[in-house]
Parts: sequence; C-alpha cells; structure tokens
Amino acid sequence: MSERLWSTPLPGLLLTLAAYELARAVQRRGGEHPLLNPVALSAALVIAVLQLLDVSYARYADSARLLLWLLGPATVALAVPLARELPRLSRLAWPVLVAVTAGAFTSIISAVLLARWTGASELLVRSLAPKSATTPIAIGIAEKVGAAPELTAALVVASGIVGATFGPLLLDLLGTRDPRVRGIATGTAAHGIGTASLYRTSPEASAYSGLAMGLSGLITALLVPWLLQLLGAGS
Amino acid sequence: MPLGLLVLLLGLLAGELASQLLRLPLPGGVVGMALLAGLLGATRRRWASLEDASAALLRHMPLLFVPAGVGVVQFASSLRAAWLPVLCTLLLGTLLSMAVTALTLRACLALQARAGPKGPA
Repeated sequence: MSERLWSTPLPGLLLTLAAYELARAVQRRGGEHPLLNPVALSAALVIAVLQLLDVSYARYADSARLLLWLLGPATVALAVPLARELPRLSRLAWPVLVAVTAGAFTSIISAVLLARWTGASELLVRSLAPKSATTPIAIGIAEKVGAAPELTAALVVASGIVGATFGPLLLDLLGTRDPRVRGIATGTAAHGIGTASLYRTSPEASAYSGLAMGLSGLITALLVPWLLQLLGAGS
Repeated sequence: MPLGLLVLLLGLLAGELASQLLRLPLPGGVVGMALLAGLLGATRRRWASLEDASAALLRHMPLLFVPAGVGVVQFASSLRAAWLPVLCTLLLGTLLSMAVTALTLRACLALQARAGPKGPA
C-alpha cells in the first residue's frame, strides 16, 4: 500500500477496527465464550493482513498509535465504576491488600523458577519477572533490573491475553462467583487486558480489577528487584 | 459526553503530573483513576456525561489493546526459540498467580465474616 497512506492514522485504525469487529462477531456467535478472546483473535488477524500486505509492524504501530494512547483515558475511566464501590471498599482494605500481595509474590517467584527450570536465559528470566504488572510499570521495572524492556512489554501483553482468555474458566473451576474476588484476581494476574475483558459482563468486577491492577503493579515494582536478588543465588 | 471526556482528560493530566512530580512508580492513568475515584467518592455526585464517556471507553477497552497484541510478533523469533520457558511461565505462572489471589482473598473474607460484622476491618 502507498507510503503516504500509511503515514496517516487511516489504515491502522481501519484495519484494527475491522479486525476487532470481526473478532467480536466470532465471540458473539460463540456465546461470548472467554476462550474466543477478541484481543488475541483480532491481533492474529491484523498480523496476517500485515504479512499479506508486506507492511512492517513499526508502520502499523505508528498508524494505530491513537488507540494505544486512548488506554490512558480509559484507565482513568475505571474511576467511575470504582467510585460506586468506594463505600464497600474500606472494609475490604486488608483482605484485598493481603490477596494482591500474595498474588504478586506468586507471579514473580513462579515466573523466575519456572523459567529457570525450563532452561530460559538469564535475560529472559529477568524480562519475565515483572510480567503481571501493567505495561508502563513493567517497563520501568525491566529497565531497573537489567532486563529487555521491549521484550518485557511483549510478555506482559501475552500474559494479559492468557489471563483474560483462561482466567474466567479457572475462576469457574475454583467455584468463585463473587465479582469482587474475580475482579481482584484478574487485575492482579492479568492487569489491563484482564480488566478490559471483564467490563462487558460485570462492570463491578472490572472496577475491582482496575484497583488490583494498580496495587499489584506497585507491589510488583517493590518486590521484583528484591526477589531477583534473593533468587539470584541459585543460578 | 464531550464534558465527560474533558473530565477524563483532566484526570489523566492530573495523574501524569502527580506521577512525574512525586516520582511515583505508577503510570499517570492509574494515578488519575485513583484521584478521580477519590473525587467522585467525596462529592457523591453522578455526572451523566462522565458516566457516558467512561462506559463508552470501557466497553471497547479490549480494542485499545490490539496494537499491543500485534506488537508481540516483533519478538516472534526470540519467543519461538525459547518457547518452552515462555509457554510454561505465561500459562502456569499467570494462572497460578490468579488462583492464589482468588483463594487468599476468599479465605480473608471468610475470616473477616467470622470475626463478625463489626469486627476490626
């Protein structure tokens, strides 16, 4: 496609919106099944089209930049469902704090140990450690612990997609109906992508998920440098 | 709706400024969310325009992550080379963390309920 067209937001937005509409249609036909995650489906579609048209990722990313930027205002928008939960939140303060800390701890330790046991390079281990933090926080952590920030960003997105896709089934399996528990668990392990996927079925759960995403990001930022040092002795 | 969007952008601006000035380890959007939630909670007001703008963005939030998802292909070759650790960590690690969070929260809530409705929260 022409150089000039790709230097505008038109093709990036057009392609992403079309892929998303198609992915949503597939998910609706599949009875809103979480395994038919629209982020994964539409990303796969976009990748296929880019390869077909021989357009580089950098080109596409530049053209679709507006969507990525809108994540900022969308995160602020979580304040609205969160404000509705505020009166109930003071009683939940300590259970939520304990649970999110336990989840962040598990995420970092399991990432480091599983990656090492399966033979990952030290750079990959360090890049995987902050994977449950939301992208901007994870990138900051990666820079601090000498990981590869761009690789970390990709791993964060991938783990968010995994959490959004398989998380609802896992929570069903655990018999967890409470939207507070579902939201907190999703936001802790699967940050923004998990949070985004909850809103359509339960705005209440997504409010808790957004809260957990902020808390878990903060706790992960504090824990990763310390745990990497602690677990470093074994390597 | 435009007024609601304006409020969200102001919230983002306040969050970005606070995050930079106070050197918080949190992104501007998350700080903005906390600030706006605090403000809405304190004023106990509901603005239809803000609710509309917020619902519109949140309903389609997965769409906003698609370019990031496409970004994963950049690393396709290095991820493919280390597919076993990547797959294990992403799948098992993420789900383990989610399960631990859910079970811990459930246990804490049960503990709190047993301590009685007026127990120290």
